[in-house]
Amino acid sequence: MATSIDQELRLVLPRRSVRQHLADLWKYRELWQQLVRKELHVRYQKSVLGFAWSMMNPLFLLVVYSIVFGILGASFSWFGIWLLAGILVWNFFATSLSTGTQAITSNGYLVGKVNFPREVLPLASVGAAFVHLLLSSSLMVAVLLVTRFHVDWSYLWLIIPAVITLVVLASALAILLSAVNVYARDTTHLLDLVLLAWFWLTPIIYPFELVTEKLENGGSWAYWHLLNPVAPILMAIQRGVYGEPSVSIPDGASATGRSMKRLLPDLSQWWYLRNIGIVFAFACLLLVVAIKVFDRAEGNFAEVM
Amino acid sequence: MTAILAQGISKKFRLSQTRGSIKDRLAGRGRGSHQDFWALQEIDVRVEQGETVGILGHNGSGKSTLLKCIAGILKPTTGSVQVRGRVASLLELGAGFHPDLTGRENVFINASFLGISRKEIERRFDDIVGFAQLENFIDQQVKYYSSGMFVRLGFAVAINVDPDVLLVDEVLAVGDEAFQQKCLDRVEEFQREGRTILFVTHGADQVRRICNRAIVLDHGVMVANAAPGEAIRVFREHLHGTMSDGGEHPAEIADSPIHLRELHIGYPTPGRSSIDTGEGIDLALPFACESAIDDAVLSLEVRNHRGETMFAADTDTLGSPLPRLVGDGVLHIRLDHVPLLDGTYPLSLQLRHRHDGQVLALREGQDAFEVTSHTRVQGQVMLPTTVTVEMSPEEVAR
Repeated sequence: MATSIDQELRLVLPRRSVRQHLADLWKYRELWQQLVRKELHVRYQKSVLGFAWSMMNPLFLLVVYSIVFGILGASFSWFGIWLLAGILVWNFFATSLSTGTQAITSNGYLVGKVNFPREVLPLASVGAAFVHLLLSSSLMVAVLLVTRFHVDWSYLWLIIPAVITLVVLASALAILLSAVNVYARDTTHLLDLVLLAWFWLTPIIYPFELVTEKLENGGSWAYWHLLNPVAPILMAIQRGVYGEPSVSIPDGASATGRSMKRLLPDLSQWWYLRNIGIVFAFACLLLVVAIKVFDRAEGNFAEVM
Repeated sequence: MTAILAQGISKKFRLSQTRGSIKDRLAGRGRGSHQDFWALQEIDVRVEQGETVGILGHNGSGKSTLLKCIAGILKPTTGSVQVRGRVASLLELGAGFHPDLTGRENVFINASFLGISRKEIERRFDDIVGFAQLENFIDQQVKYYSSGMFVRLGFAVAINVDPDVLLVDEVLAVGDEAFQQKCLDRVEEFQREGRTILFVTHGADQVRRICNRAIVLDHGVMVANAAPGEAIRVFREHLHGTMSDGGEHPAEIADSPIHLRELHIGYPTPGRSSIDTGEGIDLALPFACESAIDDAVLSLEVRNHRGETMFAADTDTLGSPLPRLVGDGVLHIRLDHVPLLDGTYPLSLQLRHRHDGQVLALREGQDAFEVTSHTRVQGQVMLPTTVTVEMSPEEVAR
């Protein structure tokens, strides 16, 4: 019969602490794995190309943006690599949020019938999106290898803290929004709009310095943009992958016919890391808040749906 | 050791006409228009390890809500639940199955919902598939399964994961008869192994057959926590309480010279409105005649809850014809020994004319009596049974 581990006491209480939530999640990590696997499996089992589709989307965007911005003359050398780094990471974030928001409502059949920590559902959405990020990053690596574009190794390691921070941020938001969406289904639609605006507010297809320049000229504080928690993460990744803080662009006014244009602040790794650290602290705080909100909301999930 | 300890469980639901849309919230319509509804009020449940406890109640009595609170699917508004050991809940078989995945994949996911590791499930996988009898279909997508296959697989997973506590919600009524029997056998095996079972039903027969004890809920309040026979009696009383005053009373027969009054059912034990199997019962039917009646025949019919006749007789077939009826009086009917098992037995009483069969008066389905059985046998009638074995003494000695 049961072992001593199985004999542990399980409690059902009107409220649970954040610590209990986290402990439960850890206990159910295997369920999370299974659900991530399920989400990927269900999505791809009928398509012939399978996972290749997850590469198609960024590749297609890359082609479109390169052509459009090439024609507009707003692009710069190796613009594709700059763009790809941003889009892959943004896609992870946006997909986590949009699928995570619906994670509880679309799994109503489970929530009403089976007992498990409900946060596993939004976290599985984040997990599935993360697998996509890893797969499509292989595309990024392939592009870098083919083009022999040089990365800046002294900045490239920032990818690790940056991605970890982004995962925490996405998880916190997914947990929060999934609970809110149960009570207000409008959240899904509102989120689409917010993500669209957020995409353009984030230095993904335009360089960060373009904005600081404009802000400086306008006499305001140049770093407003850093208040967007995704911006410092993306900038660190772009800085490492793109390898250069500045590019030379054609300039008729200068003597050489070219001038240097800054893309990112020409500051040390530590400046970038500090910014990531601030976002990380914010993301952790948000996670605690999200779990608290979730705790209050989840008691009636089974009834509301 | 206590396996389940629920203390002061209350659950409030908010009934509101408008919900789900921000538009309504912003318009202020979401506020104030709701009603609070207490599905459970201050329920205390204590189940010792190895016990099998039934939760009885009519629809809407809160029995499923209680089970969901204990399972942790719903959180109680107040109170706490402690459950010791691994819990498998059979609230709906195959509830966690995803139609696009194969049976095999679903087994793994379903088991991980119960908190069981992949390795452990790999060890038990063959048992599960064998129990569900799905060896040839396990790699098919679940959406191609028949409902019977679906349910079989769900039950097989839940029952093969070695739970200490099993929570069951009216699922023993699924599948074909052979599979039902297999499930019941398995439940009994669990009982022998000293596992704890808590199960919701409105089938008194199941409670009688497998439970040590039963809890009865009525409108979210616990009204009994007793041995099966007693609990079933309370359950029936409350069931009638919720259904009374809805019955139709047939119109008096026009121009009849005799009127029947309310039937009085005399139970042998004062203060108890049921008899035990084997006890007798007295029926007293007052009447009033406007004119004298000759050749009247009284007939009596006892039915079961499905309306099937258990017994029918009249004063002629019983060999005790009625005398000439005059004025006011009372017809006494004595059932000496009622061998029926527990249930509610509606009565039908009729006075007719012997020669032309004209109905003079009747009480049809307005009255019923209750029987409580304290044994664990099933069926409708008690057949006193003894079993003896005959063996050769030499064989026994060896």
